[in-house]
Amino acid sequence: MKFLIYRYNPETDSKPYMQEFVLEEVKPGMMLRDALLELKEQDESLVFRHSCGEGVCGSDAMNINGTNGLACLIPVSSLKEPIEVRPVPGMPVIRDLVVDMDQFFAHYRAVKPYLIVNDPEPEMEYLQSPREREKLDGLYECILCGCCSTTCPSFWWNPEKFRGPAALLQSYRFLADSRDQATAERLEDLEGPYKLFRCHSIMNCVNVCPKGLNPTAAINSIKKMMVKDMV
Amino acid sequence: MTLARRRFDALVIGAGGGGLRAALQLSQAEADVAVVSKVFPTRSHTVAAQGGITAALGNVLPDNWHWHMYDTVKGSDYLGDQDAIEYMCRTASKIVYELEHAGVPFSRLDNGKIYQRPFGGQSQNFGGDQAARTCAAADRTGHAILHTLYQQNIQAKTHFFDEYFAIDLIKDEEGFILGALVLEIETGEPLLIEAKSTLLATGGAGQLFRTNTNARINTGDGLAMAARAGIPLQDMEFFQFHPTGIAGRGMLITEGARGEGGYLINKNGERFMERYAPHAKDLASRDVVSRAISIEVREGRGCGPNGDHVMLKLDHLGREVLNKRLPGITDTIKTFLNIDPAEEAVPIFPTAHYTMGGIPTNRHGQVIVPLEKGEEVIPGLYAVGECACVSVHGANRLGGNSLLDIVVFGRAAGNDIIEYLRENRYHRPMDESSVEQAMAHLARWDQDGEGESVAELRRELQTIMEEYCGVFRTEEVLKQGMEKVLELERRMANVRLHDHSKVFNTARIEAMELENLIEIGIATVASALAREESRGAHSRMDYPERDDARWLKHSLFFKQDQRMDYKPVTLKPLSVDSFPPKERVY
Repeated sequence: MKFLIYRYNPETDSKPYMQEFVLEEVKPGMMLRDALLELKEQDESLVFRHSCGEGVCGSDAMNINGTNGLACLIPVSSLKEPIEVRPVPGMPVIRDLVVDMDQFFAHYRAVKPYLIVNDPEPEMEYLQSPREREKLDGLYECILCGCCSTTCPSFWWNPEKFRGPAALLQSYRFLADSRDQATAERLEDLEGPYKLFRCHSIMNCVNVCPKGLNPTAAINSIKKMMVKDMV
Repeated sequence: MTLARRRFDALVIGAGGGGLRAALQLSQAEADVAVVSKVFPTRSHTVAAQGGITAALGNVLPDNWHWHMYDTVKGSDYLGDQDAIEYMCRTASKIVYELEHAGVPFSRLDNGKIYQRPFGGQSQNFGGDQAARTCAAADRTGHAILHTLYQQNIQAKTHFFDEYFAIDLIKDEEGFILGALVLEIETGEPLLIEAKSTLLATGGAGQLFRTNTNARINTGDGLAMAARAGIPLQDMEFFQFHPTGIAGRGMLITEGARGEGGYLINKNGERFMERYAPHAKDLASRDVVSRAISIEVREGRGCGPNGDHVMLKLDHLGREVLNKRLPGITDTIKTFLNIDPAEEAVPIFPTAHYTMGGIPTNRHGQVIVPLEKGEEVIPGLYAVGECACVSVHGANRLGGNSLLDIVVFGRAAGNDIIEYLRENRYHRPMDESSVEQAMAHLARWDQDGEGESVAELRRELQTIMEEYCGVFRTEEVLKQGMEKVLELERRMANVRLHDHSKVFNTARIEAMELENLIEIGIATVASALAREESRGAHSRMDYPERDDARWLKHSLFFKQDQRMDYKPVTLKPLSVDSFPPKERVY
């Protein structure tokens, strides 16, 4: 099986290049991450992030044959050869497939991704009906892999100003939580032309999310809440 | 070039649930705290915990913490320390409410309270009917808790060193721990973090075994760092094999799958757990279920062309329960097996899962080592979670108790560190010889030339551990295993890297992780060889019975002279009567 893999080591390479690798033995059920690990045995200088191997830690987001995804969830048998693997687009490359995620996490922190409650705490749990809790389904499962934001043209064009789909999904996760009491503050924080409104519903984020989440729908829900807030 | 140095009140190594809960306690108390993690915090392995966190909330069935304590003591095969277990079970409800208040999206009951499901080894009224004690956020409870704790630390403005690898502890001649030497992975530059207190929360060592449920990062770094600093490792022979890993692959299928009504069948379609645990059946303790599966396979009742696994039946639960209560494993099964659990049974086999042993601590998280009479605290050093041995899990951990362990003792250690900082207001002078030693450890990987590869030795280690130190053990096999791991340790000296670059050199990190794994492999096999009885997860075919007269004691393995020592189990709880050892049946 043939691979073309993006290589760049700032210590030795003046510019990035694509390197060809060949994997002789493809085992049944082999995921791209398994294949990359075998290629790393051929050449230990090949660098990528990975950890849990089952799509819950969010480490191994990469661009695979032109589409963002998690290497551990994609069977190599489903991919057209040569399999082209690149770092997720739009982010500074540290080395090979490893990108600098600082900007991505800065946006995440900026949406205050934590429950804000001003009332005194009860001795027991806050009560939340199953129906209220269901509103968090499709939101809380985000693993912060970054597949969505790094495939979003609005994020490429305005990486400093547009929060991006991942951070906005988190923002809505707290707006949708019946326990949270900071709705007005959260909505106010997202006002202006960029932070939220740079989303043009291109929906690349929805197509690539390895957890099947829908950031565009979350963003639209925030927009609706804002309109309601203004009326 | 001079070594960069930073100073903090408190250093936390590891950003899973234990480290983050401790860091939160410290940040909220306005201590200056640094969290070092070799991966971005939400990539820590707590994220993969599925089924839930135990607490006797009694939301579904009657419950109280004392029953939880009984079950945990019994589950530990009486090797757990009853003071620590009482503390954990008493604190559990408060801890879960705290997490809920912090935002954890627990699943809910119709009355709005936290959803709880039955798990293995849980009973009402000290061994009576099945209890439902596991608080769950669908089957993504670890993810929900880890993300919430990270978010709380963002709010508390905790200082994070993301993608820094801890190399060694720094220790002075009086035995104080002064911080750690760490490596910034992105730049390849070492950094000395000086701290008045250091907490190890680095997780377990599941990567010791070829087939495991663990993330690649679970290489027991903190255990090995402690061992190199002269601290013995406790109860390392007790390694948990989870009954339901996906056969041959290892991905975890939560015990919650059986808690929701799933059950195991052999090739005859027989629900075989009824023979091994007539009362609890599929919800017996993990050690019991794992052994039962291994026996079924060994006696020729396994499924598949090679008869090498059994099946977990879930299809009768219906699609709605699977989607609502078990969505994560439903996805995992579809992705990795290409089957739909709503229609077909799932091939499973016991899979290396959890390190019960670890760095000996008391219930405040302080690291303790034996002294002639009693124990001595290592000043400035703490450990919590899977890398620690409090010991609340003893010889076998109950499902749902590890998320509880990390949060309870993370918080307790945070509180104790706050006290310690009050009494130890100033940084002690740096011990430069200890720093040099740690720097030499790092520099070893700059050696050039031809040699063996990290990948090859890692593969051999995992195969040896699986073949010679698995579910069933004998003296003869363990002795061979011991020779083999010691041989690997010798060969480690001949391992060379080809990649000596600095920027994000993961080959170097993997080499140091392998060094750590080999240390832990030796401790595990040596402790298993020494313990001549069967207790909990440690099953010796040549000593099939539990032997309280000789072995109701914790083992301690000292790396420096490969010596075993022992210390008594704390049978006396804090306030209630002791649960004396008795025969363990489910």
